[in-house]
Amino acid sequence: MILECQHVWDYISEYLDDTLSPQTKQLVQRHLEHCQICSAILDATRNILVLTADDRVFELPVGFSARLHARLEREMESSR
Amino acid sequence: MRIEIPDRDEDKMIADVLSGDNELYHELIRPYEHQVYRVALSLLKNEAEAEDVAQEAFLKAFRKLADFRRQARFSTWLISITLNEARGRLRRQNLIRFESLDQTPEEGGHVSPALLRDWREIPSEALERKEVREMLQGAIAKLTPKYREVLLLRDVEELSIEETALLLELTTSNVKVRLHRARMMMQKELAPKLAGLHPKRRWFQ
Repeated sequence: MILECQHVWDYISEYLDDTLSPQTKQLVQRHLEHCQICSAILDATRNILVLTADDRVFELPVGFSARLHARLEREMESSR
Repeated sequence: MRIEIPDRDEDKMIADVLSGDNELYHELIRPYEHQVYRVALSLLKNEAEAEDVAQEAFLKAFRKLADFRRQARFSTWLISITLNEARGRLRRQNLIRFESLDQTPEEGGHVSPALLRDWREIPSEALERKEVREMLQGAIAKLTPKYREVLLLRDVEELSIEETALLLELTTSNVKVRLHRARMMMQKELAPKLAGLHPKRRWFQ
């Protein structure tokens, strides 16, 4: 069985999570070996997810921690 | 970022806070400040509100600490409180009703990725650049809540499919379907922009 590109796209997320059945995984891999476009899509998706998980994407505002702990300090005593 | 802290007995810390050591609560939550803020910001898209919701979430967690059950990790419990706080805030602003009118693929719809011939790896150092951080934040913000929440928990906070399903009260197969669409939408939105980051010089050298 040969997979078409569109079908491979449906499997990209599960391929990255490695949750595909061994048979499907093998079909996808065989397709990727000869399909430049699907390989590029997979590489781009993986790369984007690595960047998305990086701590630097959403940085804490300056002084966040100090303001948080000051507020906790004020309210904790009265809330118990 | 999945947070693992060695040499910390959180059960003991929580027990001590519950028996009156309020000071220890500051130490207990310190490793999770960034995570809680990130969850709030991804949902609310506004820094000041995200900070306020993060503070509320930590306060609520303190008040409800006795309800914490050890089946969940403390960090996951904090995320669930933050999600509730943020959703409550959004509901009050009516943003959810507004956003549900956005055009996004329905269940069963198909998201095609951006087509590329080759992909040149973007190193994570690129995140030192503000424009790159803003591209990523923008792409996450563009997702509608149901896709954004799944992507956030799974790909930003790096929870498992099962933990994500539990927190959002979805089935695991539902999480997988949403996650797939969310990831494809991210690829579609970001791949062309990121690929254009280092344009080849086309003029005569």
